[in-house]
Amino acid sequence: MKKQRLIVIGNGMAGIRTVEELLKIAPDAYDVTVFGAEPHCNYNRILLSPVLAGEKTLNDIILNDDDWYASNGITLHKGRKVVAIDRRRRLVRTEDGLEAGYDRLLLATGSMPFMLPVPGRDLPGVIGFRDIRDVELMLEASQKYRHAIVIGGGLLGLEAANGLKKRGMAVTVVHLLDTLMERQLDKPAADLLKRALEDSGLDFRMEAQTKAILGHDRVTGVRFKDGSETPADLVVMAVGIRPNVDLAKSAGIHCERGILVNDTLQTFDPRIYAVGECVQHRKQLFGLVAPLFEQAKVCANHLAEYGIARYEGSVTSTKLKVTGIDLFSAGEFQGGNGYEELLFQDPARGIYKKLVVESNRIKGAVLYGDTGDGAWYFQLMRDGTDISAFRENVLFGQAHLGDAGHGADNRAALMPDTAEVCGCNGVCKKTIVDAIVQKKLFTLDDVRTHTKASASCGSCTGLVEQILQSTLGSDYSVSPAKKPLCKCTDHTHEEVREAIRAENLKTIPEVMRFLDWKTVDGCHSCRPALNYYLLCQWPNEYRDDPQSRFINERAHANIQKDGTYSVVPRIWGGVTNPKELRAIADVAEKFEIPTVKITGGQRIDLLGVPKQQLPAVWAELGKHGLVSGHAYGKSLRTVKTCVGKEWCRFGTQDSTKMGIDLEKMTWGSWTPAKVKMAVSGCPRNCAEATIKDFGVVAVDSGWELHVGGNGGVKVRATDFLCKVDTEEEVKEYCGAYMQLYREEARYLERTAHWIERVGLAYVQERIVSNPESRRALYERFLESQKSAQIDPWAVLAKESERQHFEPLRKVG
Amino acid sequence: MNVMSDWIEIGRIEDIPRQGARVVATPAGNVAIFRTLNDEIFAVRDLCPHKGGPLSQGIVCGKRVACPLHNWVIDLASGDAAPPDEGRTACFPVKLENERLWLQLDRPE
Repeated sequence: MKKQRLIVIGNGMAGIRTVEELLKIAPDAYDVTVFGAEPHCNYNRILLSPVLAGEKTLNDIILNDDDWYASNGITLHKGRKVVAIDRRRRLVRTEDGLEAGYDRLLLATGSMPFMLPVPGRDLPGVIGFRDIRDVELMLEASQKYRHAIVIGGGLLGLEAANGLKKRGMAVTVVHLLDTLMERQLDKPAADLLKRALEDSGLDFRMEAQTKAILGHDRVTGVRFKDGSETPADLVVMAVGIRPNVDLAKSAGIHCERGILVNDTLQTFDPRIYAVGECVQHRKQLFGLVAPLFEQAKVCANHLAEYGIARYEGSVTSTKLKVTGIDLFSAGEFQGGNGYEELLFQDPARGIYKKLVVESNRIKGAVLYGDTGDGAWYFQLMRDGTDISAFRENVLFGQAHLGDAGHGADNRAALMPDTAEVCGCNGVCKKTIVDAIVQKKLFTLDDVRTHTKASASCGSCTGLVEQILQSTLGSDYSVSPAKKPLCKCTDHTHEEVREAIRAENLKTIPEVMRFLDWKTVDGCHSCRPALNYYLLCQWPNEYRDDPQSRFINERAHANIQKDGTYSVVPRIWGGVTNPKELRAIADVAEKFEIPTVKITGGQRIDLLGVPKQQLPAVWAELGKHGLVSGHAYGKSLRTVKTCVGKEWCRFGTQDSTKMGIDLEKMTWGSWTPAKVKMAVSGCPRNCAEATIKDFGVVAVDSGWELHVGGNGGVKVRATDFLCKVDTEEEVKEYCGAYMQLYREEARYLERTAHWIERVGLAYVQERIVSNPESRRALYERFLESQKSAQIDPWAVLAKESERQHFEPLRKVG
Repeated sequence: MNVMSDWIEIGRIEDIPRQGARVVATPAGNVAIFRTLNDEIFAVRDLCPHKGGPLSQGIVCGKRVACPLHNWVIDLASGDAAPPDEGRTACFPVKLENERLWLQLDRPE
């Protein structure tokens, strides 16, 4: 089949990103031709400020060099401006008369700096701040001249001013309003910023309206509305950008302020798409890079004729790229009008934080001086997390939420290069920074793939995001607002689960077919997730797919680094007896098991069992009534207990029996991630119930229930759920909680993270304040347990199943 | 070593689960025999180039397997690790003939 022809007008970040996304999913669909008005390859426009400031060179910011275009078979016309589109004949024409035909056209013409309509605006020495040419002009001017005026105290204007000052010029920033960066900052934060910039040597003229640019052969000064004049040899206009729509307009494509596009990034002409700063989508224009990347992804999806992605707008955050100034802003930062504001101010240290809150959900944030928690607030904002449980501490940051783990050192910028960021994979800060710079990485996923940082336990994810942000000086969101389940699909976990339920999908292939999976049979991330979601949705009906389970759950034992396995029998509530211990000892001797270890969960671990031996070991244990402890699964692990009132002089309730009852009720259930429980007999809490997924602490008058604890990677103490009176209630609340977690958490999401995402208030509403909801959940849990409580060891120890554990053949 | 240059019969395709693997034990270590969703058969040394994990125990997707130890993804046809990881595990000729699987051990590709 003859390839279709795709022409891209605009060789910038949005256009080329779209091409990259397209090559990823449909590398052979198009012959691609790119026209760029600038004489350069695609470069990172957001890093022009550091180039101007002398912190980076032009070479550092090239994203795609000539080789990239060549090796991907892309025809690149650098420095050739397209001046006409003939939609009827489907071809474009350049200034110098070249014509090229298209089947699909992508407009990525970007934007132009808005030049104030004042006399003198065309004088030499009056420029915008948009491209490499502008930076070159500024650098030239900085060598010959002394005085610069930047008109516009927004993000771009301040970055330009900072750069020119660093190049030795005396710079005055002129701003129409009394608040700098008024689209990102409120007055108090803007005042702090202004003071810091003044200290660094910038001058400001606030509330000043430019009337005329003065000069004959070259600019000599600026006159303001009040009649006063300021001398200048260079004037940079940074008062805003205008979508570049002239070309589209002249071709009769419907434009308002920008080129109008729908949720598939299609323009008025169905063969023509548009992305980036030139578009207008749902009345919005765009100036930051994150939305462009999200658009690129959606647009590529449609160019590849997948036809399933939609762009529904973006939530963005901003960071100013001025070295030494920490500033973060996101969402509805102004507050007022029905919003509540949480404020923290420490003028002596130059710190200001404001969170704008509505119904206990963060709607916006302004941080100045201490932006370490910006990524966290942004996450809470996008997830719509109910913050009522920690509202009184939220301004102090994530590190203050009772985690004694890695929270304290979350200031990426201050870390030395040699500091280890990812403890699992031994990745230090420099490795990450180098990878970001040299391999042109933009997203957390990229960094993970290339460096392995945060790819294992994930506890350093926030830190890695911060490093990404401080390295790129990013003014775009750290991760996409809508996070797909994995790279095989654009659908989120929630969308996949909803489709399974609503469309009555019963097998993994059915799900993949219905949701247009991009791969034939998924990957090691999505298959286990789908298997779990199906199992959870259709408990007594779904036929488990062992090939979509991680080896531990397939072999019902824990794989070790040498390929052998560990075997952990269930010891109910941590209570055992001589008969069981003797059986375990006999097995250990008979099979010459190298290591026998007491686990943290009050059980015994037999380590170093070869795979072929597993069924025989299980059969032997089974003879003495020992069953699988599920120490290997995303499932109920163990219920740790203390001895309780039967023996302990402080015990208030029979915690041991409670623990055994809970374990008998919950064992065998599959969950999104592992679930650990504990029951303590008094508030001394010897069973450490307050760092478990579900913890019960007995008090004299009943039982306290605690949820969402974690003793692992990052210690998180539980949240207090409620107090109940009877053992029967403990079981009902426990079962309901398990089921809510099973039905609503994302696969591999521990209860701690789930609760941080949805908020404790939500869990309380579903389980505590609404008895009907609780009972329904509890019943569904018990129902699903009917088919779950089958000892897998007994099944697999049968002769007929043993071949799965044997070699196919032995040779030699 | 002459014997080894021959094709060795190792079993039937039904003995290996779809999207799964079984191993052939040899004096030089295990060889993993994979069966994909589309019944393609591949043989690679059962040793991840990263830390020696048993690839036969991994999750099989398309013509790739994810190592059970640290999720390196290995291409079954070439033995190459998926970029940006770098490494290669040996592949062996394997064929399906007369309903039987045959493996050649002395010529890792």
